[in-house]
Amino acid sequence: MTLQTDYIGKPTNRVDGPAKVLGTAKYAAEFNVPNLLYGYVVSSPITKGNITKIDAAPVLALPGVHRVFSHENVPSLAWFDRSYKDDVAPGGSPFRPLHSAEIKFSQQPVALVVADTFELARYAASILHIEYEEEAHETELAKHLDEAYQPGKGKTGYQPPKSRGNFGRGWAQGVAHMEGQYSHHAQHHNPMEMFASTVEWLGDKKLNVYDKTQGAFNSQQYIMKVFGLSKEQARVVSKYTGGGFGSGLRPQYQLFMAVLAALELERSVRVSLTRQQMFSFGHRPETLQHVALAAAADGSLTGINHVAVAETSQFEDFTENVVGWSGTLYDCKNVQLDYRLAKLDVFTPLDMRAPGAATGSIGLEIAMDEMAYAAGLDPLEFRIRNYSDFDQAQNLPYSSKNLRACYREGAAKFGWERRDPRPGSMRDGNLLVGWGMGGGIWDAQKQPAQAQASLDADGHLTVSSGSNDIGTGTYTIMTQIAAESLGLPLEAVTFVLGDTELPEAPVQGGSWTAASIGTAVQEACAALGEELLKQAQKMDHAAFKGVKIDDVQFANGQMRLRTDLTQAVVLRDLVQASGQPKIEAKNAKLPGLIDMVKPPKYSMHAHNAVFAEVKVDPDLGTVHVTRVVNAVAAGRIVNPKTARSQVLGSVVWGISMALMEESVMDHRFGRFMNHNYAEYHIPVNADIHDIDVIFVHEEDAEVNPLGIKGLGEVGLLGVAAAVCNAIYHATGKRVRDLPVTIDKLL
Amino acid sequence: MNSFTFTQAPAVAAAVQDNLAHEDAAYIGGGTNLLDLMKENVARPTHLIGLKKTGLAAIESLPDGGLRLGALATNADTAWHPDVEKRYPLLSQAVLAGASPQLRNMATDGGNLMQRTRCYYFYDLATPCNKREPGSGCSAIGGYNRIHAILGTSESCIATHPSDMCVALAALAATVRVSGPHGERTIAFGDFHRLPGDAPERDNTLEPGELITGLDLPAKGFEKNYSYLKLRDRTSYAFALVSVAAALELDGDTIKDARLALGGVAHKPWRDPAAEALLIGQPATADTFRRAAAQVLEGAQGYGHNTFKIELARRAIVRALKQATEMTQRTDDNAFLNSNP
Ligand SMILES: Cc1cc2nc3c(=O)[nH]c(=O)nc-3n(C[C@H](O)[C@H](O)[C@H](O)COP(=O)(O)OP(=O)(O)OC[C@H]3O[C@@H](n4cnc5c(N)ncnc54)[C@H](O)[C@@H]3O)c2cc1C
Ligand code: SF4
Repeated sequence: MTLQTDYIGKPTNRVDGPAKVLGTAKYAAEFNVPNLLYGYVVSSPITKGNITKIDAAPVLALPGVHRVFSHENVPSLAWFDRSYKDDVAPGGSPFRPLHSAEIKFSQQPVALVVADTFELARYAASILHIEYEEEAHETELAKHLDEAYQPGKGKTGYQPPKSRGNFGRGWAQGVAHMEGQYSHHAQHHNPMEMFASTVEWLGDKKLNVYDKTQGAFNSQQYIMKVFGLSKEQARVVSKYTGGGFGSGLRPQYQLFMAVLAALELERSVRVSLTRQQMFSFGHRPETLQHVALAAAADGSLTGINHVAVAETSQFEDFTENVVGWSGTLYDCKNVQLDYRLAKLDVFTPLDMRAPGAATGSIGLEIAMDEMAYAAGLDPLEFRIRNYSDFDQAQNLPYSSKNLRACYREGAAKFGWERRDPRPGSMRDGNLLVGWGMGGGIWDAQKQPAQAQASLDADGHLTVSSGSNDIGTGTYTIMTQIAAESLGLPLEAVTFVLGDTELPEAPVQGGSWTAASIGTAVQEACAALGEELLKQAQKMDHAAFKGVKIDDVQFANGQMRLRTDLTQAVVLRDLVQASGQPKIEAKNAKLPGLIDMVKPPKYSMHAHNAVFAEVKVDPDLGTVHVTRVVNAVAAGRIVNPKTARSQVLGSVVWGISMALMEESVMDHRFGRFMNHNYAEYHIPVNADIHDIDVIFVHEEDAEVNPLGIKGLGEVGLLGVAAAVCNAIYHATGKRVRDLPVTIDKLL
Repeated sequence: MNSFTFTQAPAVAAAVQDNLAHEDAAYIGGGTNLLDLMKENVARPTHLIGLKKTGLAAIESLPDGGLRLGALATNADTAWHPDVEKRYPLLSQAVLAGASPQLRNMATDGGNLMQRTRCYYFYDLATPCNKREPGSGCSAIGGYNRIHAILGTSESCIATHPSDMCVALAALAATVRVSGPHGERTIAFGDFHRLPGDAPERDNTLEPGELITGLDLPAKGFEKNYSYLKLRDRTSYAFALVSVAAALELDGDTIKDARLALGGVAHKPWRDPAAEALLIGQPATADTFRRAAAQVLEGAQGYGHNTFKIELARRAIVRALKQATEMTQRTDDNAFLNSNP
């Protein structure tokens, strides 16, 4: 299929940019509805044990304090676990806020103080007297490796990794070998915007909920089930999200708190979390990995073994695909994979940008570098020799795969052929220079979604879908796709999202939004096109008599006959002639279960290759990432400008993972200690230098009609590994425990 | 955060009076540290005294050739003041190595001296901390102490003073001017901050109610051979793991006068006169620098996560002295920029 490309593929400014810059874009905590009360969450100072006493009387005596909610006075709510399960919930029994006296993790929310002002609620919360009975907790993953278990298949689609062949034999066949242990610690998403919900009480248990989330429908379902509300009573609005990175995939506890308080007090209530409380829920789990590789004399891999153990909570099995990619990315007959969980007294981990793959690609891609050295091959050449042209894990051909071009174009741009492979051999004055590479693979996914397209009598097209824009550019690319589909100027198109009154859409995650909502938008516009044609035919437009939709095209605000472009009708006129205020259409119904379980015919993936340069001060151990080239194969790039932003952000993120990011837990307290932006380090401008983003050409008619694979996550893969590999090349030091801070290089 | 009252003091004397009249009063400069501490319930003053109208923001020359920094001069105005840039570039660089432009625009010089430690436990009420709650214990000992002290520690506290500016002020031998219930006095910079001993709740030697009015810099500014080297977990907007203020007066290759102070390693900016003595009269060579470094770090003690600071400080001292000698004055190791092999 060929698309016209008036808009698709052209760099386009964010349509929501002006609203964000002018401050008219409102976030969850900014809806100042009348009569608002403020809730402040009290967090547990202990990690495990029980609340033995709550003395709320002195707090309630403060004028302006309305209620202190705790497990002692929460009304009876939904009983079964399934009511607390959101769309993204892993297997197990979801945490229920204020449910019992039991403390299961540090900073567990134990009470909500509701008052007339935020300041009063915060003060009252600070003097609320709560007594605890403490029990011994377990938070150290390394001490619980023996108890690690293989999680079962979850309802949410977790597939245990599939081994193949015989690794032992493969290992024996190899002439070069490597083995390594890799680890990183917990990381928190830390979006700029803190979690908040403003719940507007409209009377009669009818609520308007302004929520920080990556999925308005997910939040809606959750509060409907937990509080026994109807769809009409529980409207959720989330038009803007100040960063998500996965943290908003599951409804966070402030939503529960705010809805609870609003229903009980029959008032509008806002609850926002503090930065410290942003460290009280899901995080990228600490994961320990073991990788062993063997290669034959020609550099072909004869065996891959990748084992990972990750933390999860006592109450849910959070799973992610850490090791599975190692069975796909490179060609190898003997692959042994294992993934286990260990239960700790922590909150359940949560998907964080490129969940699983970001972790796994650290182990696999550093190991590939080590293996290249062991085999005496250039790391790029080694990867090319093990290029996978067929997905051995799924036993399927790729729908498309242009990772070769990523290697070629990325290496050319970077100047990789000038690399002297010997560690410590390249210098810039006093500084050691290192060049390293890595890469990765990510699923090209698509979820069912609905969209509506509506053209008014002024010729303005409004397209809507209850999706979300977490800063990725959804507003913009959907506007482009809609404008393209119906041949309208961008200014004549508005895309609306983030509201449960709109057609249903999945959570924004997995890099599937462009493909899923994009397809729904395209279909809705196509359906509207048919309605417009019908209208033209109703109007006795001679030229359009008996004409099929494929015989017309939409351009310049007109519908035209393909065979005779002078035969045209202005879209606006069609609406005016219809006597209706607008003509609208939806895409087809969501596919049924039957469609969804059809066996796939292709393996659909996006890929990337990353080349990084570091300069290391040999005396002081300071590392600077001076250049990164990230070449991405992700199908059609709808908007190179917002796409580039996604990959730039991914590179920064990867540098952060490699050098800085770590939520440090003091296991004596079971508590993350660096719980603020001053001490949880992510890069600042001065840490970031040249970043080149390349999108290689990749056409794919199988993933979806638009050919989109999505790239919110793939760009992150291999970045941290490339930086670590570059550090090795610079210094000869192989650091396998991330982040690589100064002390590890002294 | 508790509720508090606020008055904008019209003058220094009135500010001191106001302080004495309240039980839990605190002066507020830029508020960049105090407000955070109040939000975290670490500090709970019931009365705040604003200092903006006290006329203490000026930076002016002194008859003896020195320079006076008003306590209310902002960190930004100080760093970019022409006299500071020209005559005390070490101070300018140290200030600019700290925090971020936004913070420096708000932060005052007086407040910078008074800022409290960044020890994680000090900020988290769920954990014991002798500095916050005397007698409760020190969580950093045996805990996560990556940013903690290696010199001058005690069994009750291993916190550091986090300032960059103060490291330069220590090296430059500034004098702190103070006004209080008993009138005015001056405190030599080295005597201003304390070691924790068994009273870590006291960061410095100010008496209750005393107000810092200014800082006097002596005429000698080491404007030629100086270096402020700051090593941290990212290139900007992070506190020092180790920082070194090095200032030399050279006669050919021979060191005539030397100053050496460290940040991020102790409860106070760590100036070591014995190390300075090892430099004076010696050739400005790596060997000399190494001897001085060894002197500074004699008796240094690591606590696990921060043990690397001993070796890092050793190397940083040598590098800073070298940079001072070679006049490659840098606040960090940004030498790498804009070149490719
Ligand atoms: C995120 C972050 C990063 C930072 N990074 C750095 C860094 O890298 N390096 C660095 O050096 N600093 C850093 N800072 C600290 C910053 O320099 C200090 O917060 C600032 O200097 C304090 O000055 P202020 O005027 O805002 O003090 P305030 O917050 O107003 O006051 C601090 C204390 O001083 C007292 N006080 C204020 N003025 C006087 C006075 N005249 N007399 C007596 N007492 C007084 C107050 O009562 C209070 O106890 C950082 C701060 C933050 C928040
Ligand atoms: S080092 Fe000092 S400030 Fe930190 S916990 Fe110990 S006593 Fe408190």
